[in-house]
Amino acid sequence: MENKAKKGTAGINQQSFADKMKSYTKHPGSFVLLLLVLVAAVLTVGVLVFLVGYILIRGIPYLTPSLFAWTYNSENVSMLPAMINTVFMTLLALLFSVPFGVGAAIYLVEYAKKGNKLVGIIRVTAETLSGIPSIIYGLFGMLFFVTALKWGYSMMAGAATLAIMVLPVIMRTTEEALLCVPDSFREGSFGLGAGKLRTIFKIVLPSAIPGILSGIILAIGRIVGETAALIYTSGTVASLAGFFDSGRTLAIHMYSLSREGMHTNEAYATAVVLLVVVLIINGISSLIAKKFEAPKN
Amino acid sequence: MNKVKERVMEGVFLLTAIVSIVAVALICIFLFANGFPAMQEIGLWEFLSGKVWKPTNNIFGIFPMILGSIYVTGGALVIGVPVGILMSIFMARFCPAKLYRVLKPIVDLLAGIPSIVYGFFGLVVLVPFIREHFKGNGQSILTASILLGIMILPTIIGVSESAIRAVEESYYEGALALGATHERSVFTVIVPAAKSGIMAAVVLGVGRAIGETMAVMMVAGNQARVPDSIFKGVRTLTANIVMEMGYATDLHREALIATGVVLFVFILIINISFSILKRRTKEN
Repeated sequence: MENKAKKGTAGINQQSFADKMKSYTKHPGSFVLLLLVLVAAVLTVGVLVFLVGYILIRGIPYLTPSLFAWTYNSENVSMLPAMINTVFMTLLALLFSVPFGVGAAIYLVEYAKKGNKLVGIIRVTAETLSGIPSIIYGLFGMLFFVTALKWGYSMMAGAATLAIMVLPVIMRTTEEALLCVPDSFREGSFGLGAGKLRTIFKIVLPSAIPGILSGIILAIGRIVGETAALIYTSGTVASLAGFFDSGRTLAIHMYSLSREGMHTNEAYATAVVLLVVVLIINGISSLIAKKFEAPKN
Repeated sequence: MNKVKERVMEGVFLLTAIVSIVAVALICIFLFANGFPAMQEIGLWEFLSGKVWKPTNNIFGIFPMILGSIYVTGGALVIGVPVGILMSIFMARFCPAKLYRVLKPIVDLLAGIPSIVYGFFGLVVLVPFIREHFKGNGQSILTASILLGIMILPTIIGVSESAIRAVEESYYEGALALGATHERSVFTVIVPAAKSGIMAAVVLGVGRAIGETMAVMMVAGNQARVPDSIFKGVRTLTANIVMEMGYATDLHREALIATGVVLFVFILIINISFSILKRRTKEN
């Protein structure tokens, strides 16, 4: 729609670069605005390129094999246990949050009737959850899971805290994905005699999977990078952790390294690993987004 | 049998939907129940307006931290808002489709970088830079503001770009037809029409900045006193909690939780203003 309109105007008043520059001499104000906008774009891109480039260049040389030793000690400051903990934490948090997030979205889209007051409350609370900063989640996790439920500093406490934190992300993306499934799919399924449940699980959910996946990937990104919500829930022990053991994820590992100030080079290397993970996650999510949009055209 | 199954599953979905309500309720209850006793014992006014924070002497005043959070958030807005809004205007109205396909992932990546990596970047790049080229030891309000300004960019860009895109094309065409240049049409017609959406973007940016913990903590110096210049260190509400929670006990611990309550109230106010602004955008 928008693109067509733009092409249309370009077709009517076609302007060469020289023409355009000439017209700017008559409208210096416009030229200043153009410059401002360009400066903002260059700044934004520049900051990202500088940040990523700086960390990669400084960090990659320090990615030594000893950093990936099986066990951590204060000499090798290995990040491997933290990496495995991160994977474990991510799986655990997703295990808690995906069923609830997807189920909630199914209720909102497939079951709730219009004007249902409960739906309004659910939306408001989900929005509230998505605005709460991670340190508040950390405090809550410490008060509720660690202290009140007596789980102690543990992977479980950390994962439960993170699950609440990413719940709104999964709810929102799943809801959008479900809304994108055309009603004709549902009607067709009902017409063939399928019940509501069967329609949801066999027809609606499978067609919404790319959207749900992109939500999960977003959630993974947040879990992997999270620090403040985990320091006082999963703790900072630098070894492989079971369900009820304290263990640090990669982000906390990096925090500990950079706080001590003794292992700056290793902190660079950890930052490289974190950045690479984020790059991969972003790559996958945009791939999925592309696949998701493809059928529309 | 099938009917029973349908009914049961509807109940299950309803239960999963209620989880978010339960979560918010639990968060409120646990934070307030654990934070209020300290506020009572210290005295709400003394707690909020006290300029001295000395846990060892049982003096708990978080005024410096409240000011600290406001200062760094304000500084972040000074840097992040103009750049963010201009960038969103560029993305929605200036950049060619091909460039957009590159820019969009870049902004997404900016949003995806963990705050600990931002904090580390600030520590190894910004802090030495400020120390050498300005005054002070580098860990200052200015440093934290710059870093936070960068961190809130993707939030502001995302929300305000979609607000600008939501403005009807006819507004722009009308302005062009009246002889305005492309820039003039965009800045004097489209941007004002997207005003409340852009405001919502700024409010969301405020929320991000005030709640940011790790990155700020690593570059702000964290001195619990009222700063007298932007080159002085400052401690935010968030940093106060993370720094001392590890070893705090008794009233000190409760005072830290109460700090969280104050932060939470700030966030709730910001969230409410954000949803009011968003609703207004939809009505337009």
